[in-house]
Amino acid sequence: MDVAAVAALQLLAGVAVLALIGVGLAIVFGMMRVINLAHGEFLMLGGYAAIGGHALGLNLWVSMLAVAPLTVGAAGWLVERLLIRRLYGRMTDTLLATWGLGLLMAGGVSMAFGNTVRGVSAPLGSFAIGDFGVAVYDLVLIGAAAVVLLGVHGALRWTAAGLRARAAAQNPDMAAALGVDPARVHAGAFTAGAALTGLAGALLAPMTGVVPTIGVAYVAKAFVTVIAGGASAVAGLLSSSALLGGIGAAVSYVATPVLGEVALLAAALVVVRLWPRGIAGRFFGAPS
Amino acid sequence: MTMDRRAFLAGAGAAAAASGFGGRGAAAQDAIVVAGILDGSGGLDIYGRPMIDCMRLAVDETNAAGGLLGRPVELRLYDAQSELRLYRQYAVQAAVRDGAAVVHAGITSASREAIRPLLRQYRTLYFYNTQYEGGVCDRNAFCTGSTPAQTVARLVPEIMRRWGKRLYVLAADYNYGQITARWVAKFAREGGGEAVAADFFPLDATDFGPTIRKIQAAAPDMVVSVLVGGAHMSFYRQWAAAGMKPRIPLASTTFGVGNEHHVLSPEESEGIVACYGYFAELDTAANRAFRDRLAAAYGARAPAVNELAVRSYEGFLLWAEAARRAGSVERMAVIEALEGGLAMDGPSGRIAIDPATHHIVQPVYLGEVADGAFEVFESHPAQPPADTAAVCDLRRNPDDTTMYEIDLDI
Repeated sequence: MDVAAVAALQLLAGVAVLALIGVGLAIVFGMMRVINLAHGEFLMLGGYAAIGGHALGLNLWVSMLAVAPLTVGAAGWLVERLLIRRLYGRMTDTLLATWGLGLLMAGGVSMAFGNTVRGVSAPLGSFAIGDFGVAVYDLVLIGAAAVVLLGVHGALRWTAAGLRARAAAQNPDMAAALGVDPARVHAGAFTAGAALTGLAGALLAPMTGVVPTIGVAYVAKAFVTVIAGGASAVAGLLSSSALLGGIGAAVSYVATPVLGEVALLAAALVVVRLWPRGIAGRFFGAPS
Repeated sequence: MTMDRRAFLAGAGAAAAASGFGGRGAAAQDAIVVAGILDGSGGLDIYGRPMIDCMRLAVDETNAAGGLLGRPVELRLYDAQSELRLYRQYAVQAAVRDGAAVVHAGITSASREAIRPLLRQYRTLYFYNTQYEGGVCDRNAFCTGSTPAQTVARLVPEIMRRWGKRLYVLAADYNYGQITARWVAKFAREGGGEAVAADFFPLDATDFGPTIRKIQAAAPDMVVSVLVGGAHMSFYRQWAAAGMKPRIPLASTTFGVGNEHHVLSPEESEGIVACYGYFAELDTAANRAFRDRLAAAYGARAPAVNELAVRSYEGFLLWAEAARRAGSVERMAVIEALEGGLAMDGPSGRIAIDPATHHIVQPVYLGEVADGAFEVFESHPAQPPADTAAVCDLRRNPDDTTMYEIDLDI
């Protein structure tokens, strides 16, 4: 019984981490079709913003929940203005430009903070289920993922900006004809995606620590999750995180962590082969 | 003035010969070139940077004391940036272009095996100053770090005496981790215990949640970490976050050489037991003097030192002492001097070259983290490299170049 509860919690935490890693990319790439290979570095920057804020004496929660998303959101806004805006519709160029941007960010952070691991202890301690100890922070991650996904869903569904974003994603020409400025929508979406990415990076930092090169560990997983999920930001991300994260955590548990990673990637391959438009494209219809 | 073609050629040839040979002669008269190839940046720089600082200190001190054989020593440092490709490139450059008398290089076993054959091929003496899994058998190479028969052999009995019989091993998924995990299992079995499981992780793994659940389900008496590098430090954070710190104790063969105890919070590293050929906290006159010199040389940015760093310092001094005894920096003369029972007292204690294996007979120390620093509670002098000695005898078989994987029969 204890084992089942703990395993279920572990599974949920694995899914939550994948959802958090992917949510910013789901908006930027999944909806807006802008490839951002610097996504991992945005996560890294969020981690540094949170740890930096905390080191300067701010409360850890304030640093994670406010400083990090604001910092990375601002960085995203700037990157959109200077770089992304000039390359809309040019997939290969965007790919190269954002890859270079990622290298630049990792290098810049190395120069500023040194290429060493930094981190903070996870707050809140632990609790026991039978003989098992579980970090309270795991629950925070699960809760944060749920809140973020609900928030994105709500914003896309029930706000005017969300409506314009969905319109611009589905049919930019028609949206433009109806008075929506696609450039502004793209800029807003990119900035929001960056802010959420910063938040995710900050939330993960107490569990993993940060190094300037940590982005590499995340970017592939983020893309795999988002592509397997399909064009729908929330439904797609949630379903693919659940499927891939669940398989990864389960195989890690019964076999080895290496096989867990292999199983995750193999599952993603099967999904994309069976349903090229992603899980959401197959089961949830049009992008929402 | 007229000059026919023949006179011109003769004059030009003489000038070229004079500048060429003259240049060479002058270079041989002044500096002795020594090369270092280490990771000063990239993922392995947590190990590399203190090693670089300590090697530089050793060369500076030698020069300040009048140089070597009446000549100054020039240190050429190459930053391999944690990339194997650069190791190969710089090894060739150091051997061929610089004509280095010795190359001190390599952190991971992969980097060592990338350049060891090259340096042998170019007849350039090679020093590897990192603790590793043992088994290198090459007359052109000297390995000054500790190996499992020296450290794990002391660590495992001690932690079994303290905590119990059932060990759970977590290790990095490459040759060092795989082989060291087997050594842990071997010594556990010899002590009447058992390694109940061993899990291996790629070097970029950061999520240890499923493994922590597995460990809890297996309920071992202790966990032994053979984890390597910055990403794996996540394990210690997640272990503490899950509240496991007071419930299952930790020991490690790697904790501390990346200065993990300075990066993690005191609560996350408290109580971890480790065994090395050196701890910065060693309370000996030689070590205190070494730490003072390091602080004087580097001031506020003096590196936190560990076994890898101190062996980079002592490794150079061992080579320099051999050159003094040989009266030359010529490769074979230095090798023979090193094989002639060379020993020295360094910051880590008394270390001596084992002629049969080209490894080091050295003291090892057991330490426990308390309040962010190691407390050294036990020392064992003059530990032989018994693991490599079981497979390697360079006196009987001087042309051996094998990297042996020692058969542990488990």
